[in-house]
Amino acid sequence: MDARVTNEVNSAAGGTWPLSWATRWETPMQVTIENVVRTFGVTPALHGVSLDIGSGELVALLGPSGSGKTTLLRILAGLDVPTSGRVLFDGEDALKLTVQQRNVGLVFQSYALFRHMTVLENIGFGLRVRPRSRRPSRKEIKRRALELLDLVQLSGLEKRFPAQLSGGQRQRVAFARALAIEPRVLLLDEPFGALDAKVRRELRRWLLEIHNKTGHTTVFVTHDQEEALELADRVVVLNHGRIEQVGTPDEVYDQPNSPFVFSFIGESSVLPVRLEEGRVWLDSRPLDLPQGNLPSGPAQLFLRPHDVEIVVDPERALWGTISTHRRHEGARRVELSVGAKNSRVEIEIPADLRLELAREIAFLPRRYRLYPASAQG
Amino acid sequence: MTDAAIAPLLLSTPRPKAVTTEQPLVRYALIGVAIIFLVVFLFLPLASVFVEALRAGLGTYFASITEPDAVSAITLTLLIAAIAVPANVIFGLAASWAIAKFDFSGKSLLNSLIDLPFSVSPVISGLIYVLLFGAQGYFGPYLKSENIQIIFALPGMVLATIFVTFPFVARELVPLMQEQGTQDEEAALSLGASGWKTFFKVTLPNIRWALLYGVVLCNARAMGEFGAVSVVSGHIRGRTNTMPLHVEILYNEYNFAAAFAVASLLALLALITLVIKITLEWRYVDQIAASRRH
Repeated sequence: MDARVTNEVNSAAGGTWPLSWATRWETPMQVTIENVVRTFGVTPALHGVSLDIGSGELVALLGPSGSGKTTLLRILAGLDVPTSGRVLFDGEDALKLTVQQRNVGLVFQSYALFRHMTVLENIGFGLRVRPRSRRPSRKEIKRRALELLDLVQLSGLEKRFPAQLSGGQRQRVAFARALAIEPRVLLLDEPFGALDAKVRRELRRWLLEIHNKTGHTTVFVTHDQEEALELADRVVVLNHGRIEQVGTPDEVYDQPNSPFVFSFIGESSVLPVRLEEGRVWLDSRPLDLPQGNLPSGPAQLFLRPHDVEIVVDPERALWGTISTHRRHEGARRVELSVGAKNSRVEIEIPADLRLELAREIAFLPRRYRLYPASAQG
Repeated sequence: MTDAAIAPLLLSTPRPKAVTTEQPLVRYALIGVAIIFLVVFLFLPLASVFVEALRAGLGTYFASITEPDAVSAITLTLLIAAIAVPANVIFGLAASWAIAKFDFSGKSLLNSLIDLPFSVSPVISGLIYVLLFGAQGYFGPYLKSENIQIIFALPGMVLATIFVTFPFVARELVPLMQEQGTQDEEAALSLGASGWKTFFKVTLPNIRWALLYGVVLCNARAMGEFGAVSVVSGHIRGRTNTMPLHVEILYNEYNFAAAFAVASLLALLALITLVIKITLEWRYVDQIAASRRH
């Protein structure tokens, strides 16, 4: 397994790309989703979702399970129909088109490769099943399939069956199969969800390269925020069938607009605080943090473990008793119990900082967000 | 740990023993009981069929299976199987497709109804058709006026056979298709394949071995069915006798050599079925749901 993984790294770094037909689309498709509602029985899966996906954009639908992200993807693919709302492909009503007519490239978490067909037959499937008038010749289908196999860096494996491939290889075949029909949009449903962490990271890089080469408008569903932030041009955060926030990875990470987005994307700790007299108060102590433009009253202070700074003077700073600490990559994570309510806050400190004698640490967040206490996270 | 470190451990424990294994005596007793049971109840009767069939010599044997009534019974049996098996393949495919790939109300009811023929006595299954289509049955007068003969004729026997063998194909396919889910089909549709192309190029190949397995079992039962067919057949020699019914008549007439000769053909069919079944189970174990369920 290790040898195979290394192989994938090497080929990903040094592969050459045939661009004869898999060249960039001149004008990749725009997708418009207008007020899409989908209910299953009485349970709403999507409550009026609207979204514009630009030409050639790589968009992540990010959310926990049950957030409606997969339902939205299936509606785009034509495998599900919205209860109400509209879906437009380049301004044309996509809901009038059948799955077959939509011409979308679909990639599943489970690969869904045809197990009785070889790799080459799998890739050529979409071309082979075309009506005679639009079907390329047998030779042409084979040529295109071999080209795509080369694009996904699996040349030489054309005679293998899916069962004889590793997970990462299977998913590449699934990509090649989806690309073979020259799709107007690529829809990926948790494409790397079934792969182990290392292969997943490699395939992410590989997907970005493919996207840059072919320029397809691409929508992918994921519950992995790291994946969404790393890959997407824009991240759509979904929760309970609603869009919480749409933005670039920087926007959703640095300016999350709700406690949900803050806590779903990246690591976070929460402290119950009060806003008064232009400052943030913890229990009955004013902190060296401005109130911002939020109204006075109870609030929640969200901070990220690595966005804190240790201060010497505990006056006007947050401080807490160390409950545990552990090594976390290049740093050390310390769990503190802060304030009268003993809220648990995790902060990151340099790994070489000696903690043997310390019982308490005073710190201030470098970056943080305040949300009124009524907002639910 | 180095080899030196584990060596003393190995020496001190004379022989590693599996934790779950029984005492040798218990094991041999269990194996012995199983073997004796198989020999007495399965192997001896089967062997005696062939011994009895050939007791009067090969000449009598061939005469018994080539006399007109026997030939008619064999032909009728093959004909019934040739109609009932394809009918149940189509029904089995349709039912498993519906159960495995769609959600609808009444799905679990349909799923349990498929098993009904297993729980109903075959005689009752035959009787149902007599009650429906017999001279005194619900549709009797109408059928008589239209001059359609169902009971004591081929249609009735086919219907009874279909009823009895109805679960075999569906029972094989439903669990497998449920496990395979719908993603292969969804992928095929998104690649532009029509519904029929998806079925023939994706669904059918995915279930082919389980389907063949179901067909083999269904066929064996269709040819060997006695009870249900007996009720609707009327036992008209040379016309509505299948092989099992023919065996019974010959036996009741004390024509043992002929009875066992025809019976040996049925036994042979059973053996062939067994070989195909084992071959399929052995080669395509992962694609046949039944071998995991039993």
